[in-house]
Amino acid sequence: MAMEEAREAVGDYKEGWHDPEHSTIRFDSGLSEEVVRKISQIKNEPEWMTEIRVKAYRHFIDRPMPGFGDREALEGIDFDKVCYYLRSSDSTEKDWEDVPEDIRNTFDRLGIPEAEQKWLSGVTAQYESEAVYHSIREDLESQGVIFLDMDSGLREHPELVKKYFCSVIPYQDNKFSALNTAVWSGGSFIYVPKGVSVEMPVQAYFRINAKNMGQFERTLIVADEGSSIHYVEGCTAPTYSTDSLHSAVVELIAHEGAHIRYSTIQNWSANVYNLVTKRGIAHKDATIEWIDGNIGSKLTMKYPAVILKGEGSHAEVISVAYAGKGQHQDAGAKIHHLASNTTSKILSKSISKDGGRGSYRGMVTVSPKAENCKLNVVCDALILDDGSQTDTYPTMEVANPSARCEHEASVSKVSDDQVFYLMSRGHSEEEALAMIVNGFFEPFTRELPMEYAVELNKLMALEMEGSIG
Amino acid sequence: MSEYAPVLSLEGLHVGIGGTSILHGIDLEIKRGEIHAIMGRNGSGKTTAASTIMGHPDYEIESGSIELDGADLLELEPWERARKGVFLSFQYPQSVPGLQVGHFLRKSVAAIRGDEAAKGAPFRNALKSAMEEVSIPRSFLSRYVNDGFSGGEKKRFEILQLMLLKPKLAILDETDSGLDIDGIRVVSRGINAAIRGSESGALIITHYSRILEHVKPDYVHVLIKGKIVKSGGPELALELEEKGYEWLESDAKEDD
Repeated sequence: MAMEEAREAVGDYKEGWHDPEHSTIRFDSGLSEEVVRKISQIKNEPEWMTEIRVKAYRHFIDRPMPGFGDREALEGIDFDKVCYYLRSSDSTEKDWEDVPEDIRNTFDRLGIPEAEQKWLSGVTAQYESEAVYHSIREDLESQGVIFLDMDSGLREHPELVKKYFCSVIPYQDNKFSALNTAVWSGGSFIYVPKGVSVEMPVQAYFRINAKNMGQFERTLIVADEGSSIHYVEGCTAPTYSTDSLHSAVVELIAHEGAHIRYSTIQNWSANVYNLVTKRGIAHKDATIEWIDGNIGSKLTMKYPAVILKGEGSHAEVISVAYAGKGQHQDAGAKIHHLASNTTSKILSKSISKDGGRGSYRGMVTVSPKAENCKLNVVCDALILDDGSQTDTYPTMEVANPSARCEHEASVSKVSDDQVFYLMSRGHSEEEALAMIVNGFFEPFTRELPMEYAVELNKLMALEMEGSIG
Repeated sequence: MSEYAPVLSLEGLHVGIGGTSILHGIDLEIKRGEIHAIMGRNGSGKTTAASTIMGHPDYEIESGSIELDGADLLELEPWERARKGVFLSFQYPQSVPGLQVGHFLRKSVAAIRGDEAAKGAPFRNALKSAMEEVSIPRSFLSRYVNDGFSGGEKKRFEILQLMLLKPKLAILDETDSGLDIDGIRVVSRGINAAIRGSESGALIITHYSRILEHVKPDYVHVLIKGKIVKSGGPELALELEEKGYEWLESDAKEDD
């Protein structure tokens, strides 16, 4: 039957091309204390940073793999085969014209300079280990907004970085936060001063190009009292037969009354391990929102977290995951209500197709002293065919009886009758599936800037089509 | 009109599902501008006939032919049939959460009638007047397709699509079921607006004669156990209303 055939078709990964590798510095693969010290030395870092890297490295070595998620896939990571540092351009440019041509072409192809002109306040473009391009609108700079790649951030604002680095996610948090702290390179550093609202989003784009590459960007966003910012992150990598490792750490600090929205569209090729730790602290009346889209990768383990530390603070995590052939998306959210009158909302949507596996893993806690908290968790899964799988691991630990908790979960399958209904209105089987899938993701896409929503819808249509070259 | 091929022609149509035969040789011809009604009890094969013409993959054609405007439909996928001009108003329309009505209508009009028909003021005006005809408020456009719709809203939405898609052949499967008198009046208004005075043909599938008081058929056929046992003019519907189906069932048995 045609329906089966359409579902078997796997969309070719659109961003799977790669440029010839060129590097000004490339480390041999494998990790040692020497490698860690060398990264720090190349970057000319202050002593305290070198020390924390080395401590983190030792912790990484001692720390076992996580006892949850896809343990079998995790055991498949060969840390000795990963390249931990690769610099392909000697400096971070402020003008696209100065970026080496083939790297510039890559970002052109990904549409970054175009998006920058149209609707962004600033852009960082990272290629392998280092940012190759960086710019911010002058009016924001004059208001005191700092938006730098993390390495420049450390050089130019060492005190601010020292104050907040590892303050939300200590290197001991988990094996991969330790790894990232040991070998981090690139990422964004943002500081928004008191009362400043950054109206248009700023974007960082992370591109892996080389084989067996490990990308370990480190992002730190501090929004001071009453300020607001929307940060958008995009990621892609070429398709290789060997694996790449992406292991980022993102720390957010929202001071009193501040608002941070962090949107991600990760569209990794199917050979990337994506093991990311993301967490924010919300102080009094602050809001932190994670809008998290996970498409592609071999295995993603990611649970954006918010610690509601100040009274009246609010957290939202809206995430979607698409697990195709040979892919496992183990994603979810964590929220800790530590203060009274805090509210949170988790909406998780996953789609599994062609034998893919989508898992929701979530945790919400309310501490004994936190009065009148409200929390709402909704997780929906959509399965496109019989061989695909979904599972849910929700945890709620509520230690204060005044909390109002709501939890809903649903699993649905695309029915033949639903597809037939849309086909009877002139839509081919692939179009019908794309309409159903995009509809399922709609609560997520409506939170994205329009350009991203359109892009995501196109991406899902391609996944349903399986016939693009 | 006789110089044209009929809009729909069924010849000796035998259809089964999962190895069980349901339709045992249906012959039917609908010419331009004609409205035909098929009446029958539950289980007589009415919905099978409707779904088969639209191309539902679960139904197997055992023998016979289906032609639209003289062209064979059997090898075509459902969306190809829709693009050729077949429309089915479903008895149980499916919901698609997250798919907005306005977006869906525009995409469907573009798929079936071409991009031009789905653009600009002409589309907006056609949409506005069709919505007024079937009493659908503007706020409807931002709702999700059939998601949380009442039974009546679903049926009005089907007829709204009929009006915008302008098919050659409209099949209306139990459009009156679950509607009250006012509901029937509203959908009938839409059906008449879409079909009357056009060159479309229509096939109304129903249980009761109520809808036929508002949408006058040119011909009425009685379907019993997968066969048309009697055909006639609109008066046949009234006769059925009075006498039920029993008096015809003996005819069906004799034929078996």
